[in-house]
Amino acid sequence: MSRQTPSQTVGPYFAYGLAAQQYHYPHGQIVDGEIAGEGAEGRIRIVGRVLDGRGELIPDALIEFWQADSAGRYGAEGFGGFGRQGTGTDPNGRFVFETVKPGASGGAAPFVTIVVFMRGLLTHVYTRLYFSDEETANAADPVLASVPAERRRTLIASRETRDGRVQYRFDIHMQGDYETVFFDL
Amino acid sequence: MINAPVSQRDWDSHPPLIHPPYTSTVLRGPTKPLIPLAHGLAESTGPVYGHESVHALDGDLTRNARRNGEPLGERIVVTGRVLDEDGRPVRNTLIEIWQANAAGRYVHKTDQHDAPLDPNFLGAGRCVTNDEGAYKFYTIKPGAYPWGNHFNAWRPNHIHLSLFGNSIASRLVTQMYFPGDPLLALDPIYLGAPEGARERLISRFSIDVTEPDFCLGYVFDIVLRGRSETPFEGRKS
Repeated sequence: MSRQTPSQTVGPYFAYGLAAQQYHYPHGQIVDGEIAGEGAEGRIRIVGRVLDGRGELIPDALIEFWQADSAGRYGAEGFGGFGRQGTGTDPNGRFVFETVKPGASGGAAPFVTIVVFMRGLLTHVYTRLYFSDEETANAADPVLASVPAERRRTLIASRETRDGRVQYRFDIHMQGDYETVFFDL
Repeated sequence: MINAPVSQRDWDSHPPLIHPPYTSTVLRGPTKPLIPLAHGLAESTGPVYGHESVHALDGDLTRNARRNGEPLGERIVVTGRVLDEDGRPVRNTLIEIWQANAAGRYVHKTDQHDAPLDPNFLGAGRCVTNDEGAYKFYTIKPGAYPWGNHFNAWRPNHIHLSLFGNSIASRLVTQMYFPGDPLLALDPIYLGAPEGARERLISRFSIDVTEPDFCLGYVFDIVLRGRSETPFEGRKS
């Protein structure tokens, strides 16, 4: 039995390695924040900020999304389901993903798995994003039910309409009264 | 895509979320306990980036950014295998790498260290493991550089690596160090990994991997989370 290689921080200089085009370096990257392209049926935008223990914006976080397609399938043909965005290029320090709402399966509410990396985080953390307009499904979701009631709101992205489009807002609080629930998965 | 259940994160191998000697963990590491999550399809699947995501020169950082000559510094080859905890090779999985140049300077716009950029070195690349889980990339040995964590703080020579493995749960971002580096004993990031585990982050010099008249060779094997021994309790779609 071999032991796992320890994690180390992504550090402050990941941009040209992991998100070169987003950060305007003149070479390639494997993926960006556009999980679903323009014209995709039911395309939504998910935006959020990452905040530290003083409530200050974290401008050097790297956020990854992993999700099912709109039918609840993972890795389905034509839908990679994976996206990546740094928080260092948006003037308001946001990450911005273009995607579709994932389908639900097996009694769970729809959700996105989020992986969070940053300078100051030696081991990445995982969280989940649920949708505020899925109240009934959220109420029946076993993972949400495993979270203390007063902390569940940290996992719910709030729906709004922006420029005629559906957008969900999801801030990630690393610490503090609204500390986001992170999962050991 | 592999839907086998994934073993748990081994917290005896990974750094804690708050490690005060590394000062930026203090306001950024979550303070509340992580909530256990039984693995379902979401956790046991993951993005697939294989050979099609890598171009010819991506695995050779000594060539992938040349403008008018070769990059400066000590040419090295880094090779190893990506395995799971049971020793099974992790095949066709993407490794993304980035690092400072020989002078200890990153191309990154916010790196203000007063050391020269190298017009012929970018310091970023990619490679994919083969059927034996083996990978290889050529690069320049990165230099040490100062950082603001504490007075006279210097990062040891290191290369950043990002891996996916077979699922989103096996995702790993880590750093590879070099044997005999005196800065390791002073580095709060390296020392953040538990004693008995952190040594796995140090590559091994190998004369067998070293290429005659060309470059020194280092071996760095990487172990990702493997399959769980407990039954799969995940939902089926």
